[in-house]
Amino acid sequence: MSISSLCATRRVSLTIIRPSFSFLTNGHSIPYGVNFIRRTPSCSQSRITNVTRLFSSRPHNPKVPEVPTWKPVAEDQLPTPAHIPADLVDKLERLALVDFRTKQGLACLEKAIRFADQLHVVDTSGVDPMDSVLEDRALYLRDDTVMEGDCAEELLQLSKNTVEEYFVAPPGNIPLPKREERAAMLKHSEF
Amino acid sequence: MLSLTIKEVSLALREGRISPTELCRRCLDRIKKTHLNAYISVTEDLALKQAQEAETRLLQGVPKGPLDGIPFAVKDNFCTENIKTTCASRMLRDYTPPYNATVVQKLLDQGAVLVGKTNMDEFAMGAGSTDGAFGPVRNPWSYAAPYRQQTGASPDSDWVIAGGSSGGSAAAVASLTSYLALGSDTGGSTRNPGALCGVVALKPTYGLLSRHGLIPLVNSMDVPGIITRSANDAAIVLGILQGLDRRDSTTIPAPSPLTELPEDFDVKDMCIGIPKEYHAPGLSAQTLAQWSHVADMLERGGARVEQVSLPHTQYSIVCYRVLCHAEVASNMARFDGLQYGMRDYLLLDATSQIRLHPTILSTDALYATTRHEGFNDVVRGRILSGNYFLLKQNYQHYFVKAQKVRRLIANDFKQVFSSGVDMLLTPTTLTDAARYSDFTQEDNQTRSAQEDVFTQPVNIAGLPAVSVPIALSKRGLPIGLQLIGPALQDKRLLSVAQWIEQRVGFPSIKFSPSASGVALICLNKNLIMFTLGTCIFCSCSPIYYFLYSVLVVLSRGFGYS
Repeated sequence: MSISSLCATRRVSLTIIRPSFSFLTNGHSIPYGVNFIRRTPSCSQSRITNVTRLFSSRPHNPKVPEVPTWKPVAEDQLPTPAHIPADLVDKLERLALVDFRTKQGLACLEKAIRFADQLHVVDTSGVDPMDSVLEDRALYLRDDTVMEGDCAEELLQLSKNTVEEYFVAPPGNIPLPKREERAAMLKHSEF
Repeated sequence: MLSLTIKEVSLALREGRISPTELCRRCLDRIKKTHLNAYISVTEDLALKQAQEAETRLLQGVPKGPLDGIPFAVKDNFCTENIKTTCASRMLRDYTPPYNATVVQKLLDQGAVLVGKTNMDEFAMGAGSTDGAFGPVRNPWSYAAPYRQQTGASPDSDWVIAGGSSGGSAAAVASLTSYLALGSDTGGSTRNPGALCGVVALKPTYGLLSRHGLIPLVNSMDVPGIITRSANDAAIVLGILQGLDRRDSTTIPAPSPLTELPEDFDVKDMCIGIPKEYHAPGLSAQTLAQWSHVADMLERGGARVEQVSLPHTQYSIVCYRVLCHAEVASNMARFDGLQYGMRDYLLLDATSQIRLHPTILSTDALYATTRHEGFNDVVRGRILSGNYFLLKQNYQHYFVKAQKVRRLIANDFKQVFSSGVDMLLTPTTLTDAARYSDFTQEDNQTRSAQEDVFTQPVNIAGLPAVSVPIALSKRGLPIGLQLIGPALQDKRLLSVAQWIEQRVGFPSIKFSPSASGVALICLNKNLIMFTLGTCIFCSCSPIYYFLYSVLVVLSRGFGYS
């Protein structure tokens, strides 16, 4: 066993190795060179003892569960998968002002919804929704006085396009073009 | 020198044994030598200027505080005055904020030296630091001796991920290029990379640290995180950063001024809970063994260790996902291309006047094109599903439902802590770090669900938690465990973390400066182990070195090389 031989050669006691240092049994061995890091002046420990300890399995603490305590929610516990019709795709793109780009984008949404459906396995009757963990206290309020400001110049400099003290935007109140025309506007959009 | 703790290096600086400029230069040199992609921007000139100023103060014997002259790094989603802040997104690639985040300002006020802004997942959405516009972060342990020797890994293709989304910050602290780093923690983004990179990662109580200047992801859960190499260092930094901020109305007063942790903290008579639901499907045997081992250790130390139940844990990640996407949909609305950040489809005409591209005929079209170009697939995907959950017909069914489950999860913790349990001990992640090539086989959504399973319940409930490095796995990669405490018990939490840290003897990492294949690991601060080469980073005694060289030759005879 090279570890024990090595330690014996180094005249380093293995006393500080964790009580059971299993190499082959239950998969929690520690790589060499890591745990016998403290030098002790003597090599009084018997090598045989150490080897025994190396091979003994560290008993599992009974408070820590040995096997997983839950399973992923089974598909049959979930409601029927949501269908995303074409007009909803369009609506979401208009609201979000981002596009799905590809079919995978839509698959990703369907996957997210399916994942969220697991919430419906939980009984929440009589439970109030929780907005914030600070709901039990009054938020700190400062005096209603101007503390800082007058930084229009600094802020305008961050914009790519300004005129005098204005941000420049194209005309507003015009809906996005239809889906099929949007593709021309967006680079790399295939959907 | 670089592997010292904040406490040690602070003392050395004040006693004049180390100069801040030399320290800063060494950190900057090391950033250049370690190719981990941990930094998006390295603020070399500014850092050297700050170090020079610190040097003057220290020479005059008037340091600003315990961090004066100490290099630190900041995740690139905290605003830094006149320094680019990108959130690892094309959207903010050229954004230079005109102000500092409160937590950054507080560190600068202490004289700490900013060496750079760290890499992350785009807008902190991810759990691997693999989904940013500037490429993935590499875990420094990929290049250290234990991993290389245990797995025979090739450094070019077999490197492992740093975890995320604050992977750059964790890699910066683990690779000894900074003594502390700020991360952000919404669902585990500080603790996850902390565990995978073998550093201490604290997620403070919600509201204890100001979020002013932290670009928001999920307002009801975001907190700045602290990454250091020891629990005591985290306490020092927390002491500096905590407290009310008039610029963030969600801050709460600090319970007490916090300085250092008591050296002789005793876990005797404490009650440590083991939440049984934290043995989730997919937990690795080695992480489980370490969990059991530390539970034993606490029992031997006189603590009462009890199995407890947090029955809604399984649904926490689902609840988190819905709330996260809904708040993301709202938060990301600010990126419109008009006021700051990217603005697509601008043209320069013959007279160098900026003109709109002829196809952009409306404000909405401008928003849509800018956001199409500026956000990656992950961000766009979350915005779209968030909008779906917030649709009028889905609002009650998904969003309000998730808020109700949120209360059940918060109540689980409340009940456990009011039943006499002082702290909870859990794993931080299911396994040690995955190879990049394996991790990217699954999409961001799947990975986030796996990676955040043990970390996000704490964000949902607003509690403090810390990940502590425990041991190296068989592959030679760090395994971390998480301690969770009641709100505002951050100091006690760190005290228990320190108690564990003192007993597990987690090794510190070293690389060879030659970098070409020879990694060098020094253990227990002064011992060289298992390599040939010269340790330039710490004061290894020549006699150790000689003995060690003999040992290497001998050990080869026994099968190690």
